[in-house]
Amino acid sequence: MTPEITIAILMTVVGASTPILLAALGELVVEKSGVLNLGLEGMMLIGAVAAFAVAATTGSAWLGALVAMLAGAAAALIFGVLTLTLTANQVATGLALTIFGVGVSSLVGAPFVGMTVEGLGTLFPESLADDAWGRILFGHNPLAYVSLLAVVLVVWFLNRSRAGLILRAVGESDEAAHSIGYSVIGVRYLAVLFGGAMAGLAGSCYSLVLTPLWADQLTAGRGWIALALVVFASWRPWRLFLGAYLFGGVMTLELHAKAAGLSLLEPEFLAMLPYLATIAVLTIISLRRSGARAGAPACLAKPFRASA
Amino acid sequence: MTLIKRRDLLAGGAALASLPLLGRAAQAAPLGVGFVYVGPVGDHGWTYAHDVGRKNLEAALGDKIKTSFVENVAEGPDSERVLRQLAKAGNGMIFTTSFGYMNPTIKVAKQFKKVKFEHATGYKRSKNVATYNARFYQGRAVCGTIAGHMSKTGVAGYIASFPIPEVVMGINAFTLAARKVNPNFKTRVLWVSTWYDPAKEADAAKALIDQGADIISQHTDSPAALQACEQRGLHAFGQASDMSAFAPNAHLTAIANNWGKYYVERVGQALDGSWASGDTWWGMKEDIVQMTPYSKAVPEAARKAADAVRDGITAGTWDPFQGPITDNKGKSRLGAGKALGDGDLHKMDWYVAGVES
Repeated sequence: MTPEITIAILMTVVGASTPILLAALGELVVEKSGVLNLGLEGMMLIGAVAAFAVAATTGSAWLGALVAMLAGAAAALIFGVLTLTLTANQVATGLALTIFGVGVSSLVGAPFVGMTVEGLGTLFPESLADDAWGRILFGHNPLAYVSLLAVVLVVWFLNRSRAGLILRAVGESDEAAHSIGYSVIGVRYLAVLFGGAMAGLAGSCYSLVLTPLWADQLTAGRGWIALALVVFASWRPWRLFLGAYLFGGVMTLELHAKAAGLSLLEPEFLAMLPYLATIAVLTIISLRRSGARAGAPACLAKPFRASA
Repeated sequence: MTLIKRRDLLAGGAALASLPLLGRAAQAAPLGVGFVYVGPVGDHGWTYAHDVGRKNLEAALGDKIKTSFVENVAEGPDSERVLRQLAKAGNGMIFTTSFGYMNPTIKVAKQFKKVKFEHATGYKRSKNVATYNARFYQGRAVCGTIAGHMSKTGVAGYIASFPIPEVVMGINAFTLAARKVNPNFKTRVLWVSTWYDPAKEADAAKALIDQGADIISQHTDSPAALQACEQRGLHAFGQASDMSAFAPNAHLTAIANNWGKYYVERVGQALDGSWASGDTWWGMKEDIVQMTPYSKAVPEAARKAADAVRDGITAGTWDPFQGPITDNKGKSRLGAGKALGDGDLHKMDWYVAGVES
């Protein structure tokens, strides 16, 4: 394999991994607070269409990315009102949010089918990305750097900050957190909004970076991979980071292996690999006696009603 | 004071509702023609082409017919409900424009024996269900000719969905035509196991390019691969309709589907009573398969050669599957001077020499 191809593959892997990482990171924080939002795919689509619509109308891709975060958060707010305030079933509401997202993005996107926009471009001047190392360090899309920064920030937030400690407390023992005076619902609302914004940004990665066009169901099921990734990473941000690149790597290498004429595995098999890996990890987690509780937040998907 | 009873209201409503029907019956009632689409009419591909055909039909037959369509109908059980509704609404003829409507069409056709059904790309027929398709592989031969002229590396990348005969014959026609220009030409096929996944299609195009392909053809539906080629400064062929808006420099030409002619003919037959079930497989000769204008990137020699192939196919003097044909395992599949029959094409499951799959 020539260095040229190696770098090209690396660039594609980063592109494929970035949106999964962004969406999964948001969902990780949501689940750490004890809420399960299965509507990732829907929020990503809403973000994708919002980003494209804004970029196509105003000509500013950055404004598009910002509006994508707001739109994702707005969709998450619907989920929050239903599940947190009205204590509706989180699984059913999340699935409904996905179906809603598919429909509403198709409706909003209808006038934009067949248009293209100027994508986000690159963050650094092109002269920096001239040689091989320059490309590897500076040649990626801007959201790739945002996603790496987000990993560091989320790790710091969850493990080092007081607010992160409260969020984890709410996710592990809502009654206890409530009894010492923390607003369980308030914390969960913030987490859900953050998750929505991250999913929206992940969606904009498709419509502004990877394939700067609008077409129905642009994300084509990546939200489900991001959901599986959170479990795969057993709710740890660093593992999530590695997992995102593992999943992105498998998706890209599959194509390259086939394009090079190597058929190691059937494409259908590779397509199910992320989910298979998730099931395997779940099995391992539940087999380890001490680790059984180490992963999932204790209050995950459990509705909370404040008693008195 | 008169008490208006609910029953009177209902009766009155029914009488009112039947009035427009009476009005229509007085004139010669236009034939209702319904269309069922799998995607949105704005998809710039498959469904869009069918809807252009519907508009051609309206323009041609005017007030003798009345068309309607339902878009975004999922293949499977949901389509059966839509079909039944269209039949109940009084449509005399219904076109179902995707492969997955095959069984629902046959089923609903049994219940509405007076309604004429036309199913695109399927193979099940009955007394009131006809099937139709287009010889897209003829267009692939034109694309292959251009690719043979324009590729510097002599390697084309082909993003393919599923190994069904429809896709396989496209790959083969493309490769055979390209090898007539450049005998060492290779087509590298990448199966992506989806009709539609923009991000995956774009990554597939990039992977093929990184592995040496410098021209891309696709049998998937999104314009993402074209955009990837645009970014890399390479060329590609559009799918199902002109996709040059997405990639003005990369887009060379596309195979466009002109269904209108078939629709006008079949609905005309329904109107004059000569309609009968059957299977129609039209191509360039009948003008149902067309090439969109070549971009200025196509050099003069390639343009001439492509036109010669197109005109030859139209005139019936150039067959994309003209023998001798050897498959990619070295086995002879067709002797010199022989042609493949439609039956052989419909069950094609082998690749011609030059295909790397």
